[in-house]
This record gives sequence, C-alpha cells and structure tokens, in this order.
Amino acid sequence: MVAIVGNIGRITLDWVHAVLRVCVLMVDTINWMVVAPLRGRGLRVRSTIEQFVSFGVMSLPIVSLICFLIGAIMAMQASYQLARFGATRYIANLVGVAAMRELAPLMTAILLTGRSGSAIAAEIGTMKVSEEIDALDVMGLNPTKFLVVPKFLAMLLAIPCLTVVAMFVMMFGGFCLTTVVLGMEPQLYFEQTASALVMKDLVTGMIKSFFFAVVICWVGVYRGFQVEGGAEGVGKQTTSSVVTSIFLIIVVDMVFTIFFYFM
Amino acid sequence: MANVNDYVIEVRDLVVKYGERTVLDGINFRVPRGQTFVILGGSGCGKSTLLRNIVGLMRPHSGRIFINGQDFTAMNDRGRIAVRKKMGVCFQGSALFNSMTVGDNVALPLREHTKLEESTIEIMTKIKLELVGLGGFEDFMPAELSGGMKKRAGLARAMAMDPEIICYDEPSAGLDPIVAAGLDALIRKMQHTFNLTSIVVTHEMSSVELIADTVCMLKDGRIVEMGDMGRLRASSHPFVQQFLDRRPDEEGEGGSEYLRSLTGGD
Repeated sequence: MVAIVGNIGRITLDWVHAVLRVCVLMVDTINWMVVAPLRGRGLRVRSTIEQFVSFGVMSLPIVSLICFLIGAIMAMQASYQLARFGATRYIANLVGVAAMRELAPLMTAILLTGRSGSAIAAEIGTMKVSEEIDALDVMGLNPTKFLVVPKFLAMLLAIPCLTVVAMFVMMFGGFCLTTVVLGMEPQLYFEQTASALVMKDLVTGMIKSFFFAVVICWVGVYRGFQVEGGAEGVGKQTTSSVVTSIFLIIVVDMVFTIFFYFM
Repeated sequence: MANVNDYVIEVRDLVVKYGERTVLDGINFRVPRGQTFVILGGSGCGKSTLLRNIVGLMRPHSGRIFINGQDFTAMNDRGRIAVRKKMGVCFQGSALFNSMTVGDNVALPLREHTKLEESTIEIMTKIKLELVGLGGFEDFMPAELSGGMKKRAGLARAMAMDPEIICYDEPSAGLDPIVAAGLDALIRKMQHTFNLTSIVVTHEMSSVELIADTVCMLKDGRIVEMGDMGRLRASSHPFVQQFLDRRPDEEGEGGSEYLRSLTGGD
C-alpha cells in the first residue's frame, strides 16, 4: 500500500517537474523570440531561413505525395458508400471538407513530427551529449536564442505553409481519382468543391496547424534537452519525442475540433 | 602579500551537491595570474564538477568563486556573460559545432560578441588557427579532423576572444602519447606567449609534470594535497603516494572475491 502511494507521489512529482521545465522553456523561448528582438537583440535570421528550408521546403515532396494518395484513398472510400445512394457527386464535398478541416493539417503535422520533430530532438540531444550546449553556454551564447528560437520560428512558418499545400494536393488527389477512375465530370467536381467549402474551413485548418507546429517544436526541443548519457539517451529521447508529439497533436486536434464544432 | 587582483581565480569554501550527495566539500584555493593550476584526481573524484563550477556551468550549493576579484557565483546572467568572454574553455571532446566548418567554429564568438568587419574576423580566425598549428584548415568540417586536431581547433576557438583564463578538461584524454605531448607543449606555449592563467583537469601524470605550476589533488570531493610537483612527491598522504606510484586499489581484490562468490568457483 505504502509502495503504491509512494509510486503515485513520485510519478506526480515527476510530472510536475516536467511541466515546470516545459514552462521555463516556453517562457525562455518567448522571451528570446519576442521580447529580446524588441530590445534590439536580434534574431538569427540566416539560421531561421536554413531551418525553414530544412523543415518546409525539403518536406514538400513527401508531404505532397502522401497527401495526394490520401486524397485519392478518401475519394475511393467515399465512393464505396455514396455510390449506393447515387450520391457520388458528394465525394468532392467530403474530400474538400475533410482535407481542409482535418486531414491536411493532421497529416502534415504527423509527417513533420517524424521528419523534423525527431531531427530537432536528435540534434539538440547529440549537441548536449558532445558538450556543444555547454560550449555555447561558456561562450556566453544563450542556447535558447542560438538553437531553439530559429527552429521555432521556422516551424511556425513551415507547417502552416505546408498545410495549405497539403490541402490543395489532397483535394487534387481526390479530383484525379474521381474524374479518372470514377469518371465524374471535372467541372462538376470543381463546382461541388466550391459549394461545399467556406472560409471557416480554411481558418480552422490553419489555426490547428499553427498549434501543431508549437507542439512539434516544443516537444522536440524539450526531449532534446532531456537527453542524458550517450547515444542511447539520444535514441530514447528521439523516439519519445515522436510518441509524445503525435499523442499531443491528436489531443490538440480533438480539443480544437470540439471547439470549432460548437463555434 | 599579494594584491587581491593578482589572484585571477579564488575559490572559497565551495560545496557542491547532486541531490543529497555531496560531490565537493569545502574546496579552497587561489590561482595567481599567469600560472597553470592542475586539478588532479581519480575518476569520479569531482574534478570535472569543480571545473564546471569555475566556468559557471553549475551553481554551487554554497561557497564563492571569485574571478578577477568579482564574485562570479553571485552575478546575474549579464555579468556572467561579461566574465565568460574573458574565459576560454577546451572541452574533453573538443565540443566543436559539427554543422559548422572549423573556421566558422573559431569565428563564432567573434561574430556574436564583437562588431568587427567580416574580413577582420577572417584574418583573426586564420591567426588563431595558425597559432595552434591548424593553418589552412578553415574550410574543413570537424568530422574530417583527427582527435588531436579537434582538440587544437577547440583550443583555437577558446582563444578566439583573447581570454585571460583558459580551462582545459582532460586535454590529453584519448590521444596517443606523441599527440598528447604536442598538446602539452601547446598549453605551455599559450601560457608563456599570452600570460594566460590556465586551469587543467587531468589524470595524466606525464602531462602534469610538464605543464603544472601548482597541483591540487582531489579525493572524494576534498583537496588532499596542494603545491608544486616537489611537494606532491614529498607528500606523506597515502592516496597521493598510491596515485603517483600507480598502485591499484584494495577494492580491486574485493571485486574479484565478489565475482568468485557469484560464480561459486574457487
């Protein structure tokens, strides 16, 4: 009994410590990203652009390919049900709304977690193991300013941009399948899509994607700084960053979906 | 009586704890300007922890560290950054940034802390690299260098801001004797040429003989002996004698007995 209570207490304390550390990291990041530049201590623009290219531009092919396929798959699955009611023209509506509101932001976020979130955790973790973070510190260079802020800004820019691309590519995937395989008139598909979508769908998707970016970057950075020991620690935290990140993305997605449903 | 400012580093009653465990217990020493102070001791005796406290990577539980007469432990971040600019650190694994060329590594502190022209920074980078015998290696990536060259590049980076104090963490660890001797000679050269105050953490006796002005020997978080090499050799402390004679620990035998009891053999 004592052991159980003790364990619960220890786990709770660990959680509280973790939350505190995340908060410290958040405050520090916001300080170096927003407050410090206003006081004339600049941002590292070049590094941010490099990271943007790595997170955003380099992810474009894989995000596009996957989203195209998902769009096509979604159209096929929709047709399976809708054809029974002779309502295949509504495939366009379904693909459009699902892509905009849900699947494009979610798929982009999950792909970027695997591709860039893990890379952030591994990079910072390796730097910690090889004393590079300490080296920054003793040179009087703040690791948050130097490492975290460029990644954070790049991620905040890259994910919403990729999400917009993903939305259109996904609808294009649905369009290709529906017109080529199912033989729907292209004109009809356009009209149906246009009639189904409203501005709110886009806004919903974009707001989600913005918060996904925050989650991916923060989890990656946090896990990276958590690395202890050697290569094994890097591997462990990298894996853990992906799992935590995907979990939190789904939770955030759920919260926003409920919120926008009633809005 | 020496002036306070003649002591570049002064450590007073330093206590460092990891959780409940006391790692350093009541450390006191002073390092005069231009001298090489060697912290010697076995693995896990707290010597790296002591260095991390001196360079400000850790804050002590109690006690004070004065750098150039200023209380480093009581400073805010801005003050600490100002002090750190006068301090160079050579890490055990050199800690070069792997994503940057050797030249960019050396130039980084100059780019971040000074408003010098890029052409000036390039010249200074070249000079620093030539100083450590790596002239012409500006465009190499750290991964393309050998262990000894990485340490030299790390030293060049530590020297970039023309520091007054330079700290070396295990400079000859993992190097062959010839390369290690070359590094010792370099440490000596830096000290003489720039009147640097150096702190060296090591367990290599051969390099201590070459570079040390003062040696401080740590055991279990306490200083057991401090003085020049002569005093160390004359010390009657059993640990110092054991360390100098390279005699194994009694526990070694205890270990084999333990192993025997586990395997049940004789």
